Amino acid sequence: MTIPGWLDDFLWTYQTLIHDLGINGLLALAMYVVLAVGQLSLGQAAFMGLGAYSGALLSMKLHWPFALVLPASCVAPVLFALAIGVPTLRLSGVYLAIATIGLGEVLRSVYINWDYVGGALGLNGIPERAETWMIFSLLGVALLALFLVGRSRFGRAMEAMREDATAAAAMGINVQRYHLMALVTSAILAGLAGSLGAHEADFISPGEYGFEPAVTILSFALLGGIGNPAAPVAGAWFLTLLPEMMRDLPEIRLALNGVIIVLAVLFLPRGLFGWRMKRRAA
Amino acid sequence: MMLLTTHGLTRRYSGLVAVDGVDLAIPEGGIHAVIGPNGAGKTTLFNLLTGIVPPTEGRIVFDGQEIATLPAHRRAALGIARTFQNIRLFSSMSVLENVLTGMHPRLSSNLLATVFRLPRFRAEERDAVASARAALEMVGLQALADSSADALSYGDQRRLEIARALVAAPRLLLLDEPAAGMNPAETAGLGDLIRRIAADGTTVLLVEHDMHFVMGLSETISVLNFGRLIFTGSPREVRSDPKVVEAYLGARLAAKLHAHAGTTDGQ
Repeated sequence: MTIPGWLDDFLWTYQTLIHDLGINGLLALAMYVVLAVGQLSLGQAAFMGLGAYSGALLSMKLHWPFALVLPASCVAPVLFALAIGVPTLRLSGVYLAIATIGLGEVLRSVYINWDYVGGALGLNGIPERAETWMIFSLLGVALLALFLVGRSRFGRAMEAMREDATAAAAMGINVQRYHLMALVTSAILAGLAGSLGAHEADFISPGEYGFEPAVTILSFALLGGIGNPAAPVAGAWFLTLLPEMMRDLPEIRLALNGVIIVLAVLFLPRGLFGWRMKRRAA
Repeated sequence: MMLLTTHGLTRRYSGLVAVDGVDLAIPEGGIHAVIGPNGAGKTTLFNLLTGIVPPTEGRIVFDGQEIATLPAHRRAALGIARTFQNIRLFSSMSVLENVLTGMHPRLSSNLLATVFRLPRFRAEERDAVASARAALEMVGLQALADSSADALSYGDQRRLEIARALVAAPRLLLLDEPAAGMNPAETAGLGDLIRRIAADGTTVLLVEHDMHFVMGLSETISVLNFGRLIFTGSPREVRSDPKVVEAYLGARLAAKLHAHAGTTDGQ
């Protein structure tokens, strides 16, 4: 198959943007799975950082093949999710949000003060191994799996505990177990996204995994909505493409994200793409 | 045989004893009621029985098993279902989905079977939908299966809560003020429904404010006052017991109940 010249040019020019669409889509799904069970857990940037750093180290120091690096990049985020998940199970709402952001900041200062991972300068020279097809295959598989899970007893349980955790528990739903499962799934998705991002950018630094990206990831889901798993991905794509269209004004990008969050919360409580997942009533 | 017993069941909040050393005994089968004035501890008692709040002291034995330390979802899986005084439906879901959610403890498909849509998953979902439709038919809401839950009338929302609790075929159904806010016709229909549920073999325990309703329906009545169980007996005994009449019902309501004696079949 030959790729026409103009398409080749286009792909080459926009490769980073196209990769970002896939990676941000995975991060939006990482946000979705915790919001879908009613948990305002904002550790996705921290999970992403752990996936990025552990993946980059496995590639650079141990020279593992990428096929092993990618799944192994989920290990550290999952362990971190279990470590923070158990003690924070009893928290909810804004308390959980503060606790998870705080834990993310702890990790960020660890990276900054640890010379082995490059300190504040970060890691340079990560092999560029993330391919477009890998990123979008993973996004597609994750999206499909979340749709299928959503349309089952698990999806009903998730929506039930999001609406009323007490009533859900009285219906026999193990709310805490689902919270933990959602957090671990979130860690896997964000860890993959982090590792893919590290292996496509060749350079990572602590600042990419702090408070600002945590809020950006939240804005994907707030803008898109959480009625179905495609909505936060659409939100992520919107927010990834928007600054690209306003290239001349990069400095207002974060401010724009903030404005969008405020507008979405005020006027679009269900998000831009807020239709609810249809469940076939057989 | 007793299906549910409590022994010295106590729940203290700071400066308040909501449930105080209650020894309750609910026989298997039939309809039983807990009555008491506002603040007597009826809803706290239900929350203790279903694991929504942990007891400060005391034991709860359900079907021979100690359950006081089990979390709410485990008790539901053992066969204790409930409705709530302030209706707690999943309002974004359809009527049918609400009932399907009640099936959760009876479904066992794992994530793998779910993602790959294995025959086991498909068969189980089909059965779940059939059970949910049967439960909706039991409460008379089959025609509204695909409506949104929050579009239902108040009385229908109460019925939907009962269907959601009933669909998992519980051994004990706890109804927290099921007649609250219902008009006389709805209350009469509710009485019939509760009788049919009990006739199907589910033990029903209800907390009620509407004396008339409880007297005509229940085999045994337990009276709570200030968190203490002050009397347990048949409706006739409760009505005539001077301790209950004097200490709890009050002279005016007692006279009213006597006037209705003999025709107390729930409106």
